[in-house]
Amino acid sequence: MRATVHVYLKPGVLDVQGKAVQQALHGLGWADVSSVRVGRTIEFDLAASDVASAEAEVKAMCDKLLANTVIESYRVEVA
Amino acid sequence: MKAAVIVFPGSNCDRDCKVAIERSTGAHVDMVWHGDTALPDKVDLIVLPGGFSYGDYLRCGAMAALSPVMAAVKAAAERGVATVGICNGFQVLCEAQMLPGALLRNAQLKYVCKSVELDVTNAKTRFTAGYAGRRQVVMTVGNGEGNFFADDTTLERLEGEGQVVFRYLDNPNGSARGIAGIVNEAGNVLGLMPHPDRAFEAELGSADGAILFQSALASA
Repeated sequence: MRATVHVYLKPGVLDVQGKAVQQALHGLGWADVSSVRVGRTIEFDLAASDVASAEAEVKAMCDKLLANTVIESYRVEVA
Repeated sequence: MKAAVIVFPGSNCDRDCKVAIERSTGAHVDMVWHGDTALPDKVDLIVLPGGFSYGDYLRCGAMAALSPVMAAVKAAAERGVATVGICNGFQVLCEAQMLPGALLRNAQLKYVCKSVELDVTNAKTRFTAGYAGRRQVVMTVGNGEGNFFADDTTLERLEGEGQVVFRYLDNPNGSARGIAGIVNEAGNVLGLMPHPDRAFEAELGSADGAILFQSALASA
């Protein structure tokens, strides 16, 4: 199975990279762009019998390593 | 007196820490590789140095926090051994959940490298006892992700319990409440972004950092 993990800074945490990207987009003429957030995507294969158990495992990986839940939230997709 | 400096791949202040501790305290300093699973016997002070452990991959300090030696560091800290994380070492301690909070990218997105004035917010810790009677000290910061973050509840607790140890006079990176260094609840684990290891002799612009190492070992 293929897992895709999206990691973003939590809504309350200032995303300075997102802010800088937003300013750059404004500078290029896309003045109506707002709320830019820069995150990270991690993809990998894993052996699992079904989607539910794969999701549970990937969530455990997120909590232990892939995300720092003090500042980041994550979303898991398994297919 | 014996200290251990942990060396991760990408640490670049490990030798600075060794020299700083030796010259300011006379203690023997062992270098401990991240892959080791044990610390030297009877170590009185553990230092996690600055640098870019594991190339800052994933998040600063995230990989280092999971390296084999950290189990021994955690066990020693739980026994009460004085443990200091400087700069990247602070990031490692947060990632290892030995200290609360996290270090974010600097608010102005710039790497900051300069001398900073610090308020000694709590001079009653085992790391800061030597600063008693002195409100301000000077050390150097060098970081791109030194912006301390914690939720409001955690910040209130840190303030209320006297766990905020150093505060910037002129916040260089957007840190919450100007926090530059904190200790854990037990008071034996310190994390700080400024480098005492770059301020241990007058020739370096400040000798204030030496007092931190002296205090840490005096209380051992």
